[in-house]
Amino acid sequence: MNEIFSSIQYYFSYPFVRYAFIVLILISLCSSLLGVSLVLKRLSFIGDGLSHVAFGAMAISAVAGLTNGTVITLPVTVISAVLLLRTGRNTKIKGDASIAMISVSALATGYILMNIFPSSSNISADVCGSLFGSTSILTLKESDVWLCLIMSLIVLSVFILFYNKIFSITFDENFSKATGVNSDAYNLIIAVVTAIIIVTAMKLVGSLLISALIIFPALSAMRIFRSFKSVTICSAVISVVCAGTGIIISLLFSTPVGATIVASNFVTFMIFSGISTLTSK
Amino acid sequence: MKEQIICRNAALGYEDGIVTENLNFTVNSGDYLCILGENGSGKSTLIKALLGLKPQVSGEIKFCGDFSSKDIGYLPQQTPVQRDFPASVREIVLSGCLSRMGLRPFYKSAEKKLASDTMKQLGIENLADRCYRDLSGGQQQRVLLARALCAAEKMLLLDEPVTGLDPHAQNELYELVSKLNRNGISIIMVSHDISSALKYASHILHISKKQLFFGTKLDYIKSSTGMKFLESEVASDE
Ligand SMILES: Nc1ncnc2c1ncn2[C@@H]1O[C@H](COP(=O)(O)OP(=O)(O)OP(=O)(O)O)[C@@H](O)[C@H]1O
Ligand SMILES: [Mg+2]
Repeated sequence: MNEIFSSIQYYFSYPFVRYAFIVLILISLCSSLLGVSLVLKRLSFIGDGLSHVAFGAMAISAVAGLTNGTVITLPVTVISAVLLLRTGRNTKIKGDASIAMISVSALATGYILMNIFPSSSNISADVCGSLFGSTSILTLKESDVWLCLIMSLIVLSVFILFYNKIFSITFDENFSKATGVNSDAYNLIIAVVTAIIIVTAMKLVGSLLISALIIFPALSAMRIFRSFKSVTICSAVISVVCAGTGIIISLLFSTPVGATIVASNFVTFMIFSGISTLTSK
Repeated sequence: MKEQIICRNAALGYEDGIVTENLNFTVNSGDYLCILGENGSGKSTLIKALLGLKPQVSGEIKFCGDFSSKDIGYLPQQTPVQRDFPASVREIVLSGCLSRMGLRPFYKSAEKKLASDTMKQLGIENLADRCYRDLSGGQQQRVLLARALCAAEKMLLLDEPVTGLDPHAQNELYELVSKLNRNGISIIMVSHDISSALKYASHILHISKKQLFFGTKLDYIKSSTGMKFLESEVASDE
Protein backbone atom coordinates (compact mmCIF):
# COMPACT_ATOMS: atom_id res chain seq x y z
CA MET A 1 0.00 0.00 0.00
CA ASN A 2 2.79 2.37 0.97
CA GLU A 3 4.52 1.59 -2.27
CA ILE A 4 1.48 2.68 -4.25
CA PHE A 5 1.31 5.96 -2.37
CA SER A 6 4.96 6.70 -2.85
CA SER A 7 4.80 5.96 -6.55
CA ILE A 8 1.74 8.23 -6.86
CA GLN A 9 3.67 10.88 -4.98
CA TYR A 10 6.54 10.36 -7.34
CA TYR A 11 4.38 10.88 -10.41
CA PHE A 12 2.74 13.96 -8.96
CA SER A 13 6.10 15.59 -8.41
CA TYR A 14 6.13 16.18 -12.17
CA PRO A 15 4.33 19.40 -13.14
CA PHE A 16 2.85 17.90 -16.34
CA VAL A 17 1.14 15.18 -14.32
CA ARG A 18 -0.32 17.81 -11.99
CA TYR A 19 -1.48 19.88 -14.97
CA ALA A 20 -3.18 16.90 -16.56
CA PHE A 21 -4.82 16.04 -13.25
CA ILE A 22 -6.20 19.55 -12.69
CA VAL A 23 -7.44 19.92 -16.27
CA LEU A 24 -9.15 16.53 -16.30
CA ILE A 25 -10.86 17.08 -12.95
CA LEU A 26 -12.13 20.51 -14.00
CA ILE A 27 -13.38 19.30 -17.35
CA SER A 28 -15.07 16.30 -15.74
CA LEU A 29 -16.84 18.55 -13.26
CA CYS A 30 -18.11 21.02 -15.86
CA SER A 31 -19.16 18.48 -18.44
CA SER A 32 -21.02 16.38 -15.89
CA LEU A 33 -23.00 19.42 -14.71
CA LEU A 34 -23.96 20.41 -18.23
CA GLY A 35 -24.39 16.74 -19.10
CA VAL A 36 -27.53 16.36 -17.00
CA SER A 37 -29.48 18.83 -19.06
CA LEU A 38 -27.84 17.79 -22.34
CA VAL A 39 -28.82 14.16 -21.78
CA LEU A 40 -32.35 15.17 -20.82
CA LYS A 41 -32.60 17.35 -23.91
CA ARG A 42 -31.54 14.37 -26.04
CA LEU A 43 -28.28 16.03 -27.01
CA SER A 44 -25.88 13.40 -25.67
CA PHE A 45 -23.89 13.29 -28.86
CA ILE A 46 -23.20 16.98 -29.06
CA GLY A 47 -19.49 16.44 -28.34
CA ASP A 48 -19.15 13.88 -31.09
CA GLY A 49 -21.04 16.01 -33.58
CA LEU A 50 -18.99 19.08 -32.82
CA SER A 51 -15.70 17.27 -33.35
CA HIS A 52 -16.82 16.46 -36.87
CA VAL A 53 -17.73 20.09 -37.39
CA ALA A 54 -14.28 21.04 -36.15
CA PHE A 55 -12.80 18.61 -38.69
CA GLY A 56 -14.76 20.22 -41.52
CA ALA A 57 -13.66 23.66 -40.39
CA MET A 58 -10.07 22.47 -40.18
CA ALA A 59 -10.21 21.23 -43.76
CA ILE A 60 -11.52 24.61 -44.86
CA SER A 61 -8.79 26.48 -43.05
CA ALA A 62 -6.15 24.14 -44.47
CA VAL A 63 -7.46 24.76 -47.98
CA ALA A 64 -7.49 28.49 -47.30
CA GLY A 65 -3.85 28.10 -46.41
CA LEU A 66 -4.10 29.26 -42.84
CA THR A 67 -1.32 28.07 -40.59
CA ASN A 68 -3.30 28.58 -37.40
CA GLY A 69 -6.64 26.84 -38.00
CA THR A 70 -8.12 27.91 -34.66
CA VAL A 71 -9.21 31.25 -36.16
CA ILE A 72 -11.77 29.38 -38.24
CA THR A 73 -12.29 26.21 -36.22
CA LEU A 74 -13.24 27.81 -32.92
CA PRO A 75 -15.90 30.26 -34.14
CA VAL A 76 -17.43 27.73 -36.55
CA THR A 77 -17.68 25.11 -33.83
CA VAL A 78 -19.12 27.51 -31.28
CA ILE A 79 -21.69 28.76 -33.78
CA SER A 80 -22.78 25.24 -34.71
CA ALA A 81 -23.00 24.35 -31.03
CA VAL A 82 -25.24 27.32 -30.39
CA LEU A 83 -27.41 26.44 -33.39
CA LEU A 84 -27.71 22.83 -32.26
CA LEU A 85 -28.45 23.66 -28.64
CA ARG A 86 -30.96 26.35 -29.44
CA THR A 87 -33.20 23.98 -31.32
CA GLY A 88 -35.67 23.56 -28.50
CA ARG A 89 -38.66 21.31 -28.15
CA ASN A 90 -40.63 23.11 -30.79
CA THR A 91 -38.55 22.49 -33.86
CA LYS A 92 -39.50 20.02 -36.54
CA ILE A 93 -36.09 18.30 -36.47
CA LYS A 94 -35.25 16.84 -33.09
CA GLY A 95 -31.91 17.33 -31.35
CA ASP A 96 -30.41 13.93 -32.14
CA ALA A 97 -31.34 14.14 -35.80
CA SER A 98 -29.99 17.65 -36.24
CA ILE A 99 -26.70 16.70 -34.59
CA ALA A 100 -26.37 13.73 -36.90
CA MET A 101 -27.21 15.92 -39.89
CA ILE A 102 -24.69 18.63 -39.11
CA SER A 103 -21.88 16.25 -38.18
CA VAL A 104 -22.31 14.10 -41.27
CA SER A 105 -22.42 17.13 -43.56
CA ALA A 106 -19.33 18.58 -41.93
CA LEU A 107 -17.47 15.27 -42.33
CA ALA A 108 -18.49 15.07 -45.97
CA THR A 109 -17.46 18.65 -46.67
CA GLY A 110 -14.10 18.12 -45.03
CA TYR A 111 -13.50 14.90 -46.94
CA ILE A 112 -14.46 16.44 -50.29
CA LEU A 113 -12.14 19.38 -49.69
CA MET A 114 -9.32 17.03 -48.73
CA ASN A 115 -9.77 15.19 -52.02
CA ILE A 116 -9.98 18.28 -54.19
CA PHE A 117 -6.92 19.84 -52.59
CA PRO A 118 -4.89 16.79 -51.64
CA SER A 119 -1.67 18.60 -50.98
CA SER A 120 -3.19 21.12 -48.62
CA SER A 121 -1.86 19.74 -45.37
CA ASN A 122 -1.54 16.88 -43.01
CA ILE A 123 -5.24 16.67 -42.27
CA SER A 124 -5.44 13.10 -41.06
CA ALA A 125 -3.32 14.06 -38.07
CA ASP A 126 -5.78 16.83 -37.37
CA VAL A 127 -8.69 14.39 -37.58
CA CYS A 128 -7.09 12.23 -34.94
CA GLY A 129 -6.46 15.37 -33.00
CA SER A 130 -10.11 16.29 -32.92
CA LEU A 131 -11.06 12.82 -31.75
CA PHE A 132 -8.36 12.21 -29.16
CA GLY A 133 -7.29 15.74 -28.30
CA SER A 134 -4.83 17.65 -30.42
CA THR A 135 -2.36 18.07 -27.63
CA SER A 136 -1.60 14.91 -25.74
CA ILE A 137 -2.96 15.16 -22.24
CA LEU A 138 0.52 14.78 -20.75
CA THR A 139 2.03 17.64 -22.75
CA LEU A 140 -0.24 20.37 -21.38
CA LYS A 141 1.39 23.70 -20.65
CA GLU A 142 0.71 25.97 -17.73
CA SER A 143 -1.24 28.30 -20.03
CA ASP A 144 -3.59 25.42 -20.91
CA VAL A 145 -4.28 24.93 -17.22
CA TRP A 146 -5.10 28.61 -16.76
CA LEU A 147 -7.36 28.61 -19.79
CA CYS A 148 -9.16 25.58 -18.46
CA LEU A 149 -9.46 27.09 -14.99
CA ILE A 150 -11.02 30.28 -16.32
CA MET A 151 -13.46 28.35 -18.54
CA SER A 152 -14.45 26.17 -15.62
CA LEU A 153 -15.06 29.13 -13.35
CA ILE A 154 -17.30 30.69 -16.00
CA VAL A 155 -19.22 27.45 -16.52
CA LEU A 156 -19.59 26.82 -12.79
CA SER A 157 -20.82 30.31 -11.96
CA VAL A 158 -23.27 30.35 -14.88
CA PHE A 159 -24.53 26.94 -13.85
CA ILE A 160 -25.02 27.88 -10.21
CA LEU A 161 -26.57 31.28 -10.92
CA PHE A 162 -28.97 29.89 -13.51
CA TYR A 163 -29.55 26.51 -11.90
CA ASN A 164 -33.27 27.07 -11.22
CA LYS A 165 -33.86 28.48 -14.67
CA ILE A 166 -31.99 25.62 -16.30
CA PHE A 167 -34.23 23.18 -14.44
CA SER A 168 -37.41 24.93 -15.48
CA ILE A 169 -36.41 25.32 -19.12
CA THR A 170 -35.23 21.74 -19.40
CA PHE A 171 -38.36 20.39 -17.72
CA ASP A 172 -40.98 22.40 -19.58
CA GLU A 173 -39.80 25.12 -21.90
CA ASN A 174 -43.30 26.17 -22.97
CA PHE A 175 -44.42 26.79 -19.42
CA SER A 176 -41.38 28.94 -18.67
CA LYS A 177 -41.93 30.95 -21.80
CA ALA A 178 -45.66 31.30 -21.18
CA THR A 179 -45.18 32.66 -17.69
CA GLY A 180 -42.78 35.33 -18.86
CA VAL A 181 -39.38 33.72 -18.21
CA ASN A 182 -37.05 34.84 -20.98
CA SER A 183 -36.24 31.29 -22.01
CA ASP A 184 -34.60 32.24 -25.31
CA ALA A 185 -31.99 34.33 -23.52
CA TYR A 186 -31.28 31.59 -20.99
CA ASN A 187 -31.12 28.95 -23.71
CA LEU A 188 -28.58 31.05 -25.55
CA ILE A 189 -26.45 31.53 -22.43
CA ILE A 190 -26.48 27.80 -21.71
CA ALA A 191 -25.70 27.03 -25.34
CA VAL A 192 -22.74 29.39 -25.46
CA VAL A 193 -21.32 28.08 -22.20
CA THR A 194 -21.74 24.47 -23.30
CA ALA A 195 -20.17 25.25 -26.64
CA ILE A 196 -17.18 26.89 -24.99
CA ILE A 197 -16.48 24.04 -22.62
CA ILE A 198 -16.93 21.40 -25.31
CA VAL A 199 -14.67 23.20 -27.75
CA THR A 200 -11.99 23.83 -25.13
CA ALA A 201 -12.14 20.30 -23.82
CA MET A 202 -12.14 18.86 -27.32
CA LYS A 203 -8.80 20.50 -27.96
CA LEU A 204 -7.34 19.38 -24.65
CA VAL A 205 -8.69 15.88 -24.08
CA GLY A 206 -10.50 14.99 -27.30
CA SER A 207 -14.14 14.53 -28.21
CA LEU A 208 -14.38 10.84 -27.35
CA LEU A 209 -13.63 11.55 -23.72
CA ILE A 210 -15.91 14.58 -23.72
CA SER A 211 -18.85 12.54 -24.97
CA ALA A 212 -18.24 9.99 -22.25
CA LEU A 213 -17.91 12.65 -19.58
CA ILE A 214 -21.19 14.24 -20.66
CA ILE A 215 -23.20 11.03 -20.92
CA PHE A 216 -22.02 8.62 -18.23
CA PRO A 217 -22.20 10.54 -14.92
CA ALA A 218 -25.70 11.85 -15.69
CA LEU A 219 -26.97 8.41 -16.71
CA SER A 220 -25.45 6.73 -13.64
CA ALA A 221 -26.94 9.32 -11.30
CA MET A 222 -30.35 8.99 -12.96
CA ARG A 223 -30.36 5.26 -12.21
CA ILE A 224 -30.62 5.93 -8.49
CA PHE A 225 -31.65 9.49 -7.76
CA ARG A 226 -35.08 10.90 -8.43
CA SER A 227 -34.81 14.67 -8.11
CA PHE A 228 -33.00 17.10 -10.35
CA LYS A 229 -30.85 18.45 -7.56
CA SER A 230 -29.68 15.08 -6.30
CA VAL A 231 -28.99 13.89 -9.84
CA THR A 232 -26.92 16.99 -10.55
CA ILE A 233 -24.88 16.74 -7.36
CA CYS A 234 -24.42 13.00 -7.71
CA SER A 235 -23.26 13.19 -11.30
CA ALA A 236 -20.72 15.88 -10.43
CA VAL A 237 -19.34 13.69 -7.64
CA ILE A 238 -19.29 10.57 -9.82
CA SER A 239 -17.55 12.41 -12.60
CA VAL A 240 -14.81 13.87 -10.41
CA VAL A 241 -14.23 10.61 -8.55
CA CYS A 242 -14.08 8.58 -11.78
CA ALA A 243 -11.69 11.04 -13.37
CA GLY A 244 -9.46 10.94 -10.28
CA THR A 245 -9.38 7.14 -10.06
CA GLY A 246 -8.97 6.88 -13.81
CA ILE A 247 -5.88 9.07 -13.79
CA ILE A 248 -4.30 7.27 -10.85
CA ILE A 249 -4.96 3.84 -12.34
CA SER A 250 -3.53 4.95 -15.66
CA LEU A 251 -0.40 6.22 -13.93
CA LEU A 252 0.09 3.03 -11.93
CA PHE A 253 -0.58 0.59 -14.74
CA SER A 254 0.48 2.88 -17.60
CA THR A 255 -2.84 2.54 -19.43
CA PRO A 256 -4.10 5.34 -21.70
CA VAL A 257 -5.60 8.11 -19.55
CA GLY A 258 -8.76 8.96 -21.52
CA ALA A 259 -9.75 5.35 -22.07
CA THR A 260 -9.20 4.50 -18.41
CA ILE A 261 -11.44 7.36 -17.30
CA VAL A 262 -14.14 6.17 -19.70
CA ALA A 263 -13.76 2.63 -18.38
CA SER A 264 -14.10 3.72 -14.76
CA ASN A 265 -17.24 5.70 -15.71
CA PHE A 266 -18.63 2.60 -17.37
CA VAL A 267 -17.93 0.45 -14.32
CA THR A 268 -19.65 3.04 -12.12
CA PHE A 269 -22.64 2.98 -14.43
CA MET A 270 -22.86 -0.81 -14.16
CA ILE A 271 -22.64 -0.64 -10.36
CA PHE A 272 -25.36 2.02 -10.17
CA SER A 273 -27.58 0.04 -12.54
CA GLY A 274 -27.08 -3.02 -10.36
CA ILE A 275 -28.04 -1.08 -7.23
CA SER A 276 -31.11 0.35 -8.93
CA THR A 277 -32.31 -3.09 -10.07
CA LEU A 278 -31.76 -4.52 -6.61
CA THR A 279 -33.56 -1.71 -4.78
CA SER A 280 -36.53 -1.57 -7.15
CA LYS A 281 -37.47 -5.15 -6.36
CA MET B 1 -63.59 45.96 -13.66
CA LYS B 2 -60.33 46.45 -15.50
CA GLU B 3 -59.56 45.17 -18.96
CA GLN B 4 -56.72 42.66 -19.01
CA ILE B 5 -56.76 41.08 -22.45
CA ILE B 6 -58.41 42.40 -25.61
CA CYS B 7 -58.57 40.23 -28.69
CA ARG B 8 -59.56 42.03 -31.90
CA ASN B 9 -60.29 40.24 -35.14
CA ALA B 10 -57.55 37.70 -34.48
CA ALA B 11 -56.95 34.76 -36.82
CA LEU B 12 -54.95 31.78 -35.60
CA GLY B 13 -53.30 29.02 -37.53
CA TYR B 14 -50.22 27.02 -38.43
CA GLU B 15 -48.07 26.88 -41.54
CA ASP B 16 -50.67 24.75 -43.27
CA GLY B 17 -53.56 27.16 -42.84
CA ILE B 18 -55.92 29.11 -40.64
CA VAL B 19 -57.52 27.16 -37.80
CA THR B 20 -59.93 29.76 -36.51
CA GLU B 21 -60.62 33.43 -37.24
CA ASN B 22 -62.73 36.49 -36.43
CA LEU B 23 -62.00 36.20 -32.72
CA ASN B 24 -63.26 39.21 -30.79
CA PHE B 25 -63.46 39.21 -27.03
CA THR B 26 -62.31 40.97 -23.90
CA VAL B 27 -61.22 39.55 -20.57
CA ASN B 28 -61.70 41.81 -17.55
CA SER B 29 -60.13 41.27 -14.19
CA GLY B 30 -62.23 38.89 -12.15
CA ASP B 31 -63.82 37.24 -15.18
CA TYR B 32 -64.26 33.48 -15.45
CA LEU B 33 -64.18 32.76 -19.17
CA CYS B 34 -64.97 29.31 -20.44
CA ILE B 35 -63.88 28.38 -23.96
CA LEU B 36 -66.08 25.79 -25.66
CA GLY B 37 -65.77 24.08 -29.02
CA GLU B 38 -65.40 20.65 -30.53
CA ASN B 39 -62.10 18.76 -30.93
CA GLY B 40 -59.75 20.52 -33.29
CA SER B 41 -61.66 23.79 -33.25
CA GLY B 42 -58.58 25.67 -32.09
CA LYS B 43 -59.07 26.05 -28.33
CA SER B 44 -55.55 25.01 -27.39
CA THR B 45 -54.23 27.11 -30.24
CA LEU B 46 -56.06 30.10 -28.81
CA ILE B 47 -54.58 29.46 -25.37
CA LYS B 48 -51.11 29.29 -26.90
CA ALA B 49 -51.75 32.55 -28.72
CA LEU B 50 -52.85 34.24 -25.49
CA LEU B 51 -49.63 33.05 -23.89
CA GLY B 52 -47.52 34.32 -26.77
CA LEU B 53 -46.28 30.83 -27.62
CA LYS B 54 -47.91 30.86 -31.05
CA PRO B 55 -48.36 34.37 -32.50
CA GLN B 56 -51.65 35.15 -34.25
CA VAL B 57 -51.69 35.17 -38.05
CA SER B 58 -53.50 38.49 -38.19
CA GLY B 59 -55.48 40.78 -35.92
CA GLU B 60 -54.48 41.80 -32.45
CA ILE B 61 -54.17 40.28 -29.00
CA LYS B 62 -53.41 43.03 -26.52
CA PHE B 63 -52.42 42.96 -22.85
CA CYS B 64 -53.80 46.08 -21.16
CA GLY B 65 -52.14 48.41 -18.70
CA ASP B 66 -49.66 46.78 -16.38
CA PHE B 67 -50.94 43.27 -17.12
CA SER B 68 -48.20 41.09 -18.59
CA SER B 69 -47.34 37.47 -19.21
CA LYS B 70 -45.57 37.41 -15.83
CA ASP B 71 -49.00 37.55 -14.14
CA ILE B 72 -50.30 34.41 -15.85
CA GLY B 73 -50.27 30.85 -14.61
CA TYR B 74 -50.73 28.13 -17.21
CA LEU B 75 -51.83 24.52 -17.09
CA PRO B 76 -51.15 22.85 -20.45
CA GLN B 77 -53.47 20.24 -21.95
CA GLN B 78 -50.60 17.81 -22.29
CA THR B 79 -47.09 18.17 -20.95
CA PRO B 80 -44.58 16.34 -23.08
CA VAL B 81 -42.38 15.48 -20.11
CA GLN B 82 -39.90 12.77 -20.86
CA ARG B 83 -40.43 9.49 -19.15
CA ASP B 84 -37.04 9.46 -17.46
CA PHE B 85 -36.89 13.06 -16.26
CA PRO B 86 -35.72 13.16 -12.65
CA ALA B 87 -37.68 15.88 -10.87
CA SER B 88 -39.31 15.94 -7.46
CA VAL B 89 -42.79 17.40 -6.99
CA ARG B 90 -41.38 20.18 -4.84
CA GLU B 91 -38.89 21.22 -7.51
CA ILE B 92 -41.63 21.39 -10.13
CA VAL B 93 -44.05 23.39 -7.99
CA LEU B 94 -41.27 25.79 -6.98
CA SER B 95 -40.37 26.36 -10.62
CA GLY B 96 -43.73 28.12 -10.96
CA CYS B 97 -42.31 30.96 -8.86
CA LEU B 98 -39.52 31.62 -11.36
CA SER B 99 -41.42 34.22 -13.35
CA ARG B 100 -41.65 36.55 -10.38
CA MET B 101 -37.93 36.30 -9.60
CA GLY B 102 -36.51 38.22 -12.54
CA LEU B 103 -32.74 37.84 -12.51
CA ARG B 104 -32.51 36.77 -8.88
CA PRO B 105 -30.91 33.31 -8.96
CA PHE B 106 -32.30 31.61 -5.86
CA TYR B 107 -35.69 31.18 -4.20
CA LYS B 108 -36.51 33.20 -1.10
CA SER B 109 -38.23 31.64 1.87
CA ALA B 110 -41.45 33.45 0.88
CA GLU B 111 -41.46 31.52 -2.40
CA LYS B 112 -40.74 28.22 -0.67
CA LYS B 113 -43.64 28.92 1.66
CA LEU B 114 -45.93 29.78 -1.24
CA ALA B 115 -45.00 26.48 -2.88
CA SER B 116 -45.66 24.41 0.22
CA ASP B 117 -48.90 26.28 0.96
CA THR B 118 -50.07 25.63 -2.58
CA MET B 119 -49.20 21.95 -2.28
CA LYS B 120 -51.18 21.78 0.96
CA GLN B 121 -54.12 23.53 -0.69
CA LEU B 122 -54.17 20.90 -3.44
CA GLY B 123 -53.60 18.01 -1.07
CA ILE B 124 -50.27 16.94 -2.52
CA GLU B 125 -47.97 17.93 0.34
CA ASN B 126 -47.39 14.25 1.13
CA LEU B 127 -46.06 13.80 -2.42
CA ALA B 128 -43.57 16.68 -2.17
CA ASP B 129 -40.46 14.52 -2.28
CA ARG B 130 -41.78 11.93 -4.71
CA CYS B 131 -40.52 11.78 -8.26
CA TYR B 132 -42.94 13.32 -10.77
CA ARG B 133 -42.70 10.47 -13.25
CA ASP B 134 -43.79 7.92 -10.65
CA LEU B 135 -47.13 9.65 -9.98
CA SER B 136 -50.54 8.77 -11.41
CA GLY B 137 -52.00 10.94 -14.16
CA GLY B 138 -54.36 12.71 -11.78
CA GLN B 139 -51.62 13.40 -9.27
CA GLN B 140 -49.40 14.78 -12.02
CA GLN B 141 -52.22 17.08 -13.09
CA ARG B 142 -52.46 18.47 -9.56
CA VAL B 143 -48.72 19.04 -9.41
CA LEU B 144 -48.88 21.05 -12.62
CA LEU B 145 -51.88 22.96 -11.30
CA ALA B 146 -49.92 23.79 -8.15
CA ARG B 147 -47.09 25.05 -10.34
CA ALA B 148 -49.54 27.19 -12.33
CA LEU B 149 -50.96 28.60 -9.09
CA CYS B 150 -47.48 29.59 -7.95
CA ALA B 151 -47.00 31.50 -11.19
CA ALA B 152 -50.41 33.17 -11.30
CA GLU B 153 -50.83 36.52 -9.69
CA LYS B 154 -53.69 37.82 -11.79
CA MET B 155 -54.80 35.17 -14.25
CA LEU B 156 -54.92 31.39 -14.69
CA LEU B 157 -55.15 29.70 -18.10
CA LEU B 158 -56.34 26.12 -17.83
CA ASP B 159 -56.54 23.84 -20.86
CA GLU B 160 -58.93 21.01 -20.00
CA PRO B 161 -57.72 20.77 -16.41
CA VAL B 162 -60.04 17.99 -15.27
CA THR B 163 -59.00 15.42 -17.88
CA GLY B 164 -57.98 12.26 -16.09
CA LEU B 165 -59.30 13.23 -12.68
CA ASP B 166 -61.94 11.16 -10.91
CA PRO B 167 -65.38 12.83 -10.47
CA HIS B 168 -64.67 13.74 -6.87
CA ALA B 169 -61.33 15.34 -7.74
CA GLN B 170 -63.00 17.08 -10.68
CA ASN B 171 -65.50 18.75 -8.40
CA GLU B 172 -62.80 19.68 -5.94
CA LEU B 173 -60.81 21.27 -8.72
CA TYR B 174 -63.77 23.24 -10.02
CA GLU B 175 -64.53 24.47 -6.51
CA LEU B 176 -60.90 25.40 -5.97
CA VAL B 177 -60.70 27.32 -9.23
CA SER B 178 -63.95 29.08 -8.44
CA LYS B 179 -62.64 30.04 -5.00
CA LEU B 180 -59.51 31.49 -6.60
CA ASN B 181 -61.75 33.38 -8.97
CA ARG B 182 -63.77 34.84 -6.08
CA ASN B 183 -60.44 35.97 -4.56
CA GLY B 184 -59.89 38.06 -7.67
CA ILE B 185 -57.89 35.88 -10.08
CA SER B 186 -59.28 35.85 -13.60
CA ILE B 187 -59.80 32.41 -15.09
CA ILE B 188 -59.71 31.27 -18.70
CA MET B 189 -60.60 27.61 -18.95
CA VAL B 190 -61.00 25.29 -21.90
CA SER B 191 -63.61 22.70 -21.13
CA HIS B 192 -65.80 20.03 -22.69
CA ASP B 193 -67.87 19.81 -19.54
CA ILE B 194 -70.77 22.08 -20.48
CA SER B 195 -72.72 21.71 -17.24
CA SER B 196 -69.89 22.84 -14.99
CA ALA B 197 -68.97 25.52 -17.49
CA LEU B 198 -72.46 26.92 -17.09
CA LYS B 199 -72.33 26.48 -13.35
CA TYR B 200 -69.09 28.32 -12.67
CA ALA B 201 -68.23 30.59 -15.61
CA SER B 202 -69.21 34.21 -15.98
CA HIS B 203 -68.52 34.39 -19.72
CA ILE B 204 -68.54 31.89 -22.57
CA LEU B 205 -66.50 31.90 -25.76
CA HIS B 206 -67.66 29.32 -28.27
CA ILE B 207 -65.36 28.79 -31.26
CA SER B 208 -65.25 26.67 -34.35
CA LYS B 209 -63.81 27.65 -37.74
CA LYS B 210 -64.71 31.12 -36.54
CA GLN B 211 -66.08 32.64 -33.37
CA LEU B 212 -69.65 31.46 -32.82
CA PHE B 213 -70.42 33.26 -29.59
CA PHE B 214 -68.90 35.53 -27.01
CA GLY B 215 -70.83 37.00 -24.10
CA THR B 216 -72.09 36.35 -20.63
CA LYS B 217 -73.33 32.95 -19.59
CA LEU B 218 -76.98 34.07 -19.47
CA ASP B 219 -76.86 35.45 -23.00
CA TYR B 220 -75.26 32.21 -24.15
CA ILE B 221 -78.09 30.06 -22.86
CA LYS B 222 -80.55 32.24 -24.76
CA SER B 223 -78.49 32.46 -27.98
CA SER B 224 -79.10 30.17 -30.94
CA THR B 225 -75.56 28.73 -30.75
CA GLY B 226 -76.00 28.01 -27.07
CA MET B 227 -79.40 26.39 -27.47
CA LYS B 228 -78.22 24.21 -30.34
CA PHE B 229 -75.11 23.12 -28.43
CA LEU B 230 -77.01 22.48 -25.20
CA GLU B 231 -79.63 20.41 -27.02
CA SER B 232 -77.00 18.23 -28.67
CA GLU B 233 -75.21 17.78 -25.33
CA VAL B 234 -78.41 16.78 -23.56
CA ALA B 235 -79.26 14.42 -26.41
CA SER B 236 -75.87 12.74 -26.22
CA ASP B 237 -76.11 12.46 -22.43
CA GLU B 238 -79.27 10.41 -22.65
N1 LIG C 1 -48.28 22.13 -34.04
C1 LIG C 1 -49.26 22.12 -34.97
N2 LIG C 1 -48.94 22.23 -36.29
C2 LIG C 1 -49.91 22.22 -37.23
N3 LIG C 1 -51.22 22.11 -36.97
C3 LIG C 1 -51.61 22.00 -35.68
C4 LIG C 1 -50.65 22.01 -34.61
N4 LIG C 1 -51.32 21.90 -33.44
C5 LIG C 1 -52.62 21.82 -33.76
N5 LIG C 1 -52.81 21.90 -35.10
C6 LIG C 1 -54.10 21.88 -35.79
O1 LIG C 1 -54.86 22.99 -35.37
C7 LIG C 1 -56.23 22.60 -35.18
C8 LIG C 1 -56.68 23.02 -33.79
O2 LIG C 1 -55.95 22.31 -32.80
P1 LIG C 1 -56.18 22.58 -31.26
O3 LIG C 1 -55.19 21.78 -30.52
O4 LIG C 1 -56.18 24.04 -31.02
O5 LIG C 1 -57.64 22.01 -31.02
P2 LIG C 1 -58.49 21.95 -29.69
O6 LIG C 1 -59.69 22.81 -29.92
O7 LIG C 1 -57.65 22.27 -28.52
O8 LIG C 1 -58.94 20.43 -29.66
P3 LIG C 1 -59.11 19.44 -28.41
O9 LIG C 1 -60.51 19.60 -27.92
O10 LIG C 1 -58.93 18.09 -29.01
O11 LIG C 1 -58.08 19.76 -27.40
C9 LIG C 1 -56.29 21.11 -35.44
O12 LIG C 1 -56.86 20.93 -36.69
C10 LIG C 1 -54.87 20.64 -35.43
O13 LIG C 1 -54.68 19.64 -36.39
MG1 LIG D 1 -56.93 21.26 -26.91
